[in-house]
Amino acid sequence: MSLVASIRPDDWNFPLLVHVVGAALLVGGLVTAVIALLLGWNRESAWYSRLGFRALVFIALPAWFVMRIGAEWIYSKEGFSGEDEPGWLGIGYLTADLGGILLLLSIILTGLGVRQLGRGGRETSVLARIGSVIAVLVLLAYVVAVWAMSGKPD
Amino acid sequence: MEFYDWLLFLHVFSAFALVSALVVFWFVAVAARSVNRPVESLRYFRVAKPANVLVVIGTMGTLVFGLWLAIDADAYQVWDGWVLIALALWLVAAGTGQRGGQTYAKAAKLAARLDGEGRGDQPSEELRVRLQDRRAMWLNVISSLAVVLILIDMIYKPGA
Repeated sequence: MSLVASIRPDDWNFPLLVHVVGAALLVGGLVTAVIALLLGWNRESAWYSRLGFRALVFIALPAWFVMRIGAEWIYSKEGFSGEDEPGWLGIGYLTADLGGILLLLSIILTGLGVRQLGRGGRETSVLARIGSVIAVLVLLAYVVAVWAMSGKPD
Repeated sequence: MEFYDWLLFLHVFSAFALVSALVVFWFVAVAARSVNRPVESLRYFRVAKPANVLVVIGTMGTLVFGLWLAIDADAYQVWDGWVLIALALWLVAAGTGQRGGQTYAKAAKLAARLDGEGRGDQPSEELRVRLQDRRAMWLNVISSLAVVLILIDMIYKPGA
């Protein structure tokens, strides 16, 4: 399957590049956010949560759109119809779209948590913590997506 | 999934680890560009610390699994032009990235020392200079560009 993919037509390369660059930046943004948000569990919650929130908003979210646009572009070129779609494509769609919703939820919760912490008087924020757990889940989902997209299981 | 597919997954996973480390480093570098107080810079260095592990996994994983793939697959050879280009770019990325990172590692040590001496809240000109070191920044720019070029090379596979 992978060798077949490696001899794809040349005009598939750029959409694939857009998709892969978006996906790599998305994972990078999530990694940055998760590190900062988890550090905020033990110390200086307001500062680390704000940094994690910014990584989600300014890196992960725009990268999600780049990844998703690239995915749709290459899908349109590959000419799959609904019936003959391989399993890895379904995993990709599921993780991309469900991950996008969860990413948005994580941004909202973390943002509300940062706002709570910014008002002072609080050491921690439950909302920011829930947001960080969701960000971890999204990151794990995208590792599964990387496995599905590269290994292409049937 | 066949053995080749697992190798490809590990190769791609390593590439994602490498790009993730670069994203963390750049995010921290941009956010900390105007920092001059040790205590504040230490916060950023704590965020960057796990990325040091990712960069090792990424650089070694892409090389080892990439070469393994080229040896395992009949369609490719290690001496194919696009593989040799990738190897050359990998050397550039690893070499410049390591040199650029040394400056920030020294800045982290300096910040920790100043904080240990009870001067964590006092602005430090030496720390600011190290954090804004232009040579280190350019080395990291070159390293990141090399990684982007490797990605393009891997997808387009010129000459394959």
